[in-house]
Amino acid sequence: MMFDRRLLQNFDWILLLILILIGAISTINLYSATFPIRDAGGSQIFFKHIYWFLIGFAFLLLMTTFDYHFLERLAYPIYFFSIGLLVLVLALGEIYSGSQRWLSIWGITFQPSEFFKITLIIVLAAYFADHGEYTEYRLRDLWRPFLLIIVPFLLIVKQPDLGTALILIFISFSIILFMKVNWKSLLILIMISLLSAPFIWFSLKDYQQKRILSFMSPGSDPLGSGYHIIQSKIAIGSGLLWGKGFLKGTQTQLHFLPEQHSDFAFSVIAEEWGFAGSTFLLILYLLLILWGINIAKNSKDMFGTILALGIVSIVFWQLVINVSMAIGLLPVVGIPLVFFSSGGSSIISTMAGMGLLMNISMRRFMFQ
Amino acid sequence: MRTSGLDPVLVEILNRRLRIVSILIFVIISALIIRLWFLQIVNGPLYRTQSENNRIHLQKITPFRGMITDRKGELLVDNRPSFDLYIIPEDIQDRNQFLAGLKFLIDIDTEQVSDKLDKTSNLYSFRSILIKKDITRDELAVIETHLFNMPGLSVQPSLQRSYLFGNLASHVIGYLGEINENELKSGKYPNNDAGDLIGKSGVEGKWHNYLNGIAGGKQVEVDAAGRKLQDLSIKPPVPGMNIILTIDKDLQSLAEENLKDKKGAIVALNPNNGEILAMASSPAIDPNMFIGGIHKTEWEKMISSSDSPLQNRAISGQYPPGSSFKIVMALAGLEEGAIDPDELITCPGTYTLGNHAYQCWKEGGHGNVNFQRAITESCDIYFYKIGIRLGIDKIAHYAKMCGLGQKTGFELGNEAEGLIPTSEWKLKRFGVPWQLGETVSSSIGQSYVLTTPLQMARLISAVFNGGKLYQPKIVMYIGNESDDVYRFEPTLIGELSVRRENLELLKKALISVVNDPQGTGGRAKIQGIKVAGKTGTAQVVALEKIKNPRSDDEVSDAFEDHAWFVAIAPAENPQIALAVLIEHGGHGSGAAAPIARDLIKKYLNIDQ
Repeated sequence: MMFDRRLLQNFDWILLLILILIGAISTINLYSATFPIRDAGGSQIFFKHIYWFLIGFAFLLLMTTFDYHFLERLAYPIYFFSIGLLVLVLALGEIYSGSQRWLSIWGITFQPSEFFKITLIIVLAAYFADHGEYTEYRLRDLWRPFLLIIVPFLLIVKQPDLGTALILIFISFSIILFMKVNWKSLLILIMISLLSAPFIWFSLKDYQQKRILSFMSPGSDPLGSGYHIIQSKIAIGSGLLWGKGFLKGTQTQLHFLPEQHSDFAFSVIAEEWGFAGSTFLLILYLLLILWGINIAKNSKDMFGTILALGIVSIVFWQLVINVSMAIGLLPVVGIPLVFFSSGGSSIISTMAGMGLLMNISMRRFMFQ
Repeated sequence: MRTSGLDPVLVEILNRRLRIVSILIFVIISALIIRLWFLQIVNGPLYRTQSENNRIHLQKITPFRGMITDRKGELLVDNRPSFDLYIIPEDIQDRNQFLAGLKFLIDIDTEQVSDKLDKTSNLYSFRSILIKKDITRDELAVIETHLFNMPGLSVQPSLQRSYLFGNLASHVIGYLGEINENELKSGKYPNNDAGDLIGKSGVEGKWHNYLNGIAGGKQVEVDAAGRKLQDLSIKPPVPGMNIILTIDKDLQSLAEENLKDKKGAIVALNPNNGEILAMASSPAIDPNMFIGGIHKTEWEKMISSSDSPLQNRAISGQYPPGSSFKIVMALAGLEEGAIDPDELITCPGTYTLGNHAYQCWKEGGHGNVNFQRAITESCDIYFYKIGIRLGIDKIAHYAKMCGLGQKTGFELGNEAEGLIPTSEWKLKRFGVPWQLGETVSSSIGQSYVLTTPLQMARLISAVFNGGKLYQPKIVMYIGNESDDVYRFEPTLIGELSVRRENLELLKKALISVVNDPQGTGGRAKIQGIKVAGKTGTAQVVALEKIKNPRSDDEVSDAFEDHAWFVAIAPAENPQIALAVLIEHGGHGSGAAAPIARDLIKKYLNIDQ
């Protein structure tokens, strides 16, 4: 493939700048979050985070090297390959604290469900770009996308990884709603979901039910997630306007915060950098999301628009759910804050998604 | 901007939707920021005070581990109160002085304590560190009196697993050990965290999750030094369930006494349902040893020891069955017509096949013997000939039907299969065809034939209970006051498909082994009760013995034969079946039969 000079001119520096800023802040924050446990594996978590980010940027650049339309043609092969990986996870994945989410291939351990988010967006974008003739979708027009969504959803619930499964649903609904659904169909859809809930409930295993129960009412577990929410709120609230200072957050440093390097990383920045820090971070994420939507708008075709919108929706939903959990608006559910929580698969897969966003942005002026 | 492909009207529609999406996102994120404003600015000072006073800790309450009793309800495993010694780094004023004082009070490696102090981060200095588990009463008395001038030292009560009879049934009961990383990861221990003790083997391991119970917890408010101010909320622990074993403690301890200073195994079964009444293996280890954590060198010594004290010989020891294998030979021969019970076969003391002479154990031979005589006096020549008539593959077929060469399905697992050779097996394993001479030695349970004591005890049970092979089980009941998790039920896993009259012929012969004046099992005879059984003497190193005849005093113990005796009583209404194996014990008639007799007497309550 010829590499067009215009591509370089169109390189999206603003997107890159925002990502570098978020990456730098998250690294500094993770240093503090792992500081109290630095001798008990904390430093490894910290250095690994840097390492994931570097690999993530490499993935980002890799994702800009080809024309994204290529993905439209490859959407189904990618989809079935990813489904294969999910099946493989259930067959021979590694079990850690009761769930089977990880796959080890050639010494590299990763979480296929994280990467599936991108896969699902690609396949849905390809589907809707190809069926763009509808102005309002009715239920019967949507059976194929539903099938595309429900299979990986069930495979991921089986692991069980309810957090990721839920995010898949949020992303899919964002895309489908954006494509505009007939309001009657929407109503029926909601009814069906409500009616099928009991069946899904009874097909779940005991411990899966327990997770959902504590998801529904954190009060049922005052020593577990209830305690986590109290500690997280104390951490955030006690930050005041300017925070307690780097490495000086007592909640963080005395390790009152649970999972402070992953699910509750936001509470750490809020405690140590105060309202100023936490708001600055949220504004950065808002800029990233709005910039992504701008890319969706400038894309010259339907596939690019939906792809960009889907990728943005990952960032948006994980941000909203994770932060809401930390500030006590939602019950505790293991959804990481993208780029901010430690975790290789999450960072690399989202960075790859950002690469696709960059790809769409760079090719906004090109003719096919 | 869209220049190709899309209809301008659609472009307009999409752009409008994207604007709506942007506004929605802006509103939601603004809402989050407003919420943060309330948390951090409006209510911030409140949370700031809370964080300064925040000393809410979670404390775990360990549940009471279930007890284990024998079949009559006699307690075998319990939990006893113990006292553990802790230090709180923050409260120690002068470390050297403290350590010197500590050394004065109790026998402890102060360097190790100093190491532990070094490793503790300053941030956790208000937390207690365990330095010695289960201190003795004397130590406790000394420490209690000096506690006031040793700030930083504290004694905390806990419950400690206690095996009331030490070694008793230790292979069956198992032992506890600290949970390791892989076990934590596996998800098999949902109710345990790092640092917990879990059952590592035996009943403690297999039914760990029932015995363990569920830990409780409490939120405790502590001050800056970690001192407790008040309990905020408590979730009581759920005690573990109790287990009643099928083991009879008196029988078990008599079995172990008889194995003292020997290597070997004894299994006693209820022949009518597969309940294990006793299962002893020697040498054994006291599971109390493992509780405080076992020293690495000691552990390595234990696993590398040639005595293998951790091995449960009753289920995983594989031994040539010797003449006790003639039970299988008899069934195969009668069933296949190779044995005519009335046929007389001459035993001149040797049997020649090709250019090799096979001996009978009795020098000079038994003369003319029929089936019953051959079993009673354990004539080898008789069975050599029967073996040749049957061929190895028919023998193997019956041995497998009798449950040999395969796991019995014993509940605790860790079983060895033993080995029943076939011609096909040998070709596959060694690449050479089966030799007729090997059939000859297989016929008296030598050559490649290997069995476990449990398999043999179950075999004689089946002969006397009408041909039924039960799964051997060790647990009678699991539960507590409110829950009934499990009650024993027999599980039939196989049947001997042989004719009834053949079983009767064999039973008669096995009774005669013990009760006939010529019988090899005469030393198992009990007045007033019909005991049946079969002796076995398994050669260990046949070749070595030829080089070192028995009269030689320097024959090493390791070349001595294994002694077997399998028995059942009372023959007409069987209640107990036994397999006794003494490694290097010599003859089954002398070394093993008397032990079986004593155990039967004990179980059937016969004083003589």
